[in-house]
Formats: sequence, C-alpha cells, structure tokens
Amino acid sequence: MLEFAVDPISIDVGHLVRRNLASLYSSLVTRPTGQAVRMAIENVLSEEGGELCLSVIDLSHVTVMDFSCADEVVAKLLLRFLENDRPRNVFFVFRGVRDLHRGPMEVVLERQSLAAVCEAGSGAFHLIGAASTQEAELWGILERRRRIDPSEAARLNKKGDAREALEGLVSRRLAFRNPLTGGYHALSDLLGDRA
Amino acid sequence: MQIIPVPGTLDASAVDHLIRELAKNPEEKVLFDARHLRWVDPGGIIGLLAVGTVTRDRQGTPPRLQLMDGADVTTYLARMRFFEAAEAVFDLDIRHPRRSWSSSDVLLEITSISTNSDVHAVVDRVQQQAGAILSKTLSYPASAVVQFSVILSEVCQNVIEHAEAPGWVAAQSYMWTKRLGRQVLILHVADVGKGFRGSLADTHAGRFGDRWGDATALEAAFIHGLTRFPDSGRGQGIQQIRKQVRRWEGGISIRSGTARISDVPKWDDTLPMEDNLPYFPGAQIHIVLPARIPGDA
Repeated sequence: MLEFAVDPISIDVGHLVRRNLASLYSSLVTRPTGQAVRMAIENVLSEEGGELCLSVIDLSHVTVMDFSCADEVVAKLLLRFLENDRPRNVFFVFRGVRDLHRGPMEVVLERQSLAAVCEAGSGAFHLIGAASTQEAELWGILERRRRIDPSEAARLNKKGDAREALEGLVSRRLAFRNPLTGGYHALSDLLGDRA
Repeated sequence: MQIIPVPGTLDASAVDHLIRELAKNPEEKVLFDARHLRWVDPGGIIGLLAVGTVTRDRQGTPPRLQLMDGADVTTYLARMRFFEAAEAVFDLDIRHPRRSWSSSDVLLEITSISTNSDVHAVVDRVQQQAGAILSKTLSYPASAVVQFSVILSEVCQNVIEHAEAPGWVAAQSYMWTKRLGRQVLILHVADVGKGFRGSLADTHAGRFGDRWGDATALEAAFIHGLTRFPDSGRGQGIQQIRKQVRRWEGGISIRSGTARISDVPKWDDTLPMEDNLPYFPGAQIHIVLPARIPGDA
C-alpha cells in the first residue's frame, strides 16, 4: 500500500474526441483535433483536486492516430507536464496502445527526446520513445518488481549505484519516487487494483 | 479563343502539357477540348480542375470544357464526382451524366478539402472502403488501412496548413499492365495556393540566398522536413509519409511552382528532381502504391 494519495484519473480519449468535437468519429487526426483533445485533457486535470495525479490516457477507442495528433496529444501533453511551471504534478500512462498508435507515438516521442509508459491491450506495460539502453533496462527491472526500496537501489546495478539512474527515470516522469519512503515505484504499481 | 487539346491519356505528368499550353496566351479565353480524352486518373482529373481553377481566377470567367457525351470516360468522371466539382470551375457544355454507384475500384471520389472537418470526413470514408482495395487488390496487410488513413490525413492537412486555398483529393486503383504489370493505387492531392516556396519563404528564404526557389523549397520540406512553424513537432508528416510509401515500394512526388521532387522506386525512371517546369501555383502531391507480389516480405 502507498502511504500517500496519488489520484488516478482515467481519460478516455475516444470519448473526449467525440465530446469536444461534437462528432461521432474516433479518428485522432488533424492538428486542431489534437490541440482540442490536449486542452480538454489539461482542463480535466486542472479541475481535479490533489497535488499528485496519475493520469491514464485511454486510447482504446481511437481507431486512427496521425502524426499531427500524436504530437499534440502525446508529445506536447508530456512536455507541458515536464516543464518547471507545470500546472500540476502529473504522471501519465497511455492505455490501450496498439500498433496503430505506437508507430506515430514513437515518432513524435523520439523527435522530442521523450519517452512514455504504455499499457498494451494485453495489460503489459511498455516503455516507448527515446530511452537509453540503461534507462530501458532499469525501467524493465522496476516494472517487473513494481517497486524498489532505496537500499535495494544502491546495489541493483552491477556497475554501481542505480539510484542516480532511477532518479533520471523519475525526473522524466517514467517512474515515481515515494516522498515518504524514498522507494521507487513503477507507474503500473500506482495504478494498483484501481486500474 | 485559345483551344487547348486535352491529351487522350491524362495523368499527373500529362497535366504539364495543359499548364504549358495555358502559359502561351494567359489572357486569352480558353476552351479545353477533352473530346479525345480516353483515360484519366486522379492526378489527371484533379489536374484538370486545378488548371481550370487557375484559368478562371486569372480571367474572371470560367473556361469552357468540352467532353465527349456518352463516352466511357465521361461516365467514369461522373462516377468520380468530377462534375460536382467542375460546375464551379468550368463552363461545361455537357449534361450531367448519371453517376454509377457501383465503383469497387474507386477508393475516394474527388473531394474538396478546405477545413479540418473535410479531412475527418475523408479519413472516415476511406476507413470504410479501403480495406477491400488494400487487402484484396493490393495484397497489403490489414493494418495498411490505418497507415493509409494516416497518409491521407497528413497530405490533406498539407493543403489546409500551407496552401491557404482549397484543394482536392482522390484515390483510385488501376491495373498498370504495361508499366508495371501490377495493380496500383493512385492517391492525388492538389491545391492552387501558396506552394512550398510561398509557405516557407518568410522563415527560410534568407538562409538560402540566391539559391532560394521552388526546387530548394521542395528540398527543404521533402528532404529536411522544414516547415514555416518554429514548433519542433512540426514537419514530420511528409517524412513519415515518405517512409511508409518506401516500405510499400511506392513512389511519391510533389510538384510545386516550377519544380517536382520525387522519391523514385526501383520500378520507375522518373528524375528525383525536375526544375524549370512551366509554373503552376500551389502544390500537387502524387502517390503511387503498387500491389505486393506474393512472396514479398
């Protein structure tokens, strides 16, 4: 159990597209559509209470995603919440990610040197985008274990202390550090049973 | 009145003939004589609309277009919804032929693109119809429908974001018996707006100095992914379209102003860059996707 509150907010992008654009399509295409969806997500996040938030961006019902939309809904959204003046402390998990989303997402993430945590339809979590081999390996270890204690982190890496690398994942919002215990959590762990 | 004969076979490259003829007497009233037209593809149909639009806007009056009443090609043009678009462009001396609804090889009829809603409508329509053509006719995997929709979306957005003028899109599959011995899908998008040079001039012309022109503007966008927007997330569309077209062993070309740049597949002998073509405004994007040969990876 976590000893502090992380508010999970699930956002169904397919629904947002329909709701905000007053249309029945679930195609995430064109930049204005992507901008509208991103702003809608930001509005939802700003309306919810709590200091810390895990936002689940659900792409399950999105049947097409072009590069312009991926840039807005994925890359620009992540960039906004990585900035120092971010409106809120938010971590993102993209849910329902299939190959049709993954291609455009990887392109826009790599272009902006970003990475993101995705949950495929199978329920498995993946790291996509720009990540070094070391980051990817460490993220994989954390994802398998779900959480790593600070003492464990110090001897995790054969080459030495892994805490610095784990902190790198935290600063990229790909992992979470418990402010009370100093332990590291996979984002999937934050979802817990509430997913 | 200047009479411009429309070639019997009208594809994207044959439209250059119309542009060249039009440039000879730009002020004179024009009649496009298409009575000998026998075969036309999306590049030819949209090219004809674009040439007619430029003529109309230049002269303030619609040019005349003569077609052979009752010819197969006229029926085909009706099926492609050419006449709905042509009404606003040409003075037509032909009755609207009835449109045939059974068109299994037509992926996308002539569709005007001027707003983002148009792009959504086009993508939605293609998703419903593309499966059969892409999988059965071209032997592409099922996932190709989505990839094709993304290509379509990106090329149509190019019109809206850069042209500042309306455009058209159409797609159709054909059997290229002589040229390739295979079925192909042709996707053509065109506008008569600012063109690549016009779109990029304010932000990029300075660094090119005297070399700035249609060819360098096309190279900047097509090869290097430059756009007029300072946003680093922009300019990916064309690059990703090129990658996907290459994966399908297809070809893509963009004509703008006086130049045409192409990614040339191994089955084609087009030049990668053609310059000093007769000037034509806007941008015309032409994509050819060949059927997969059984056993291809």
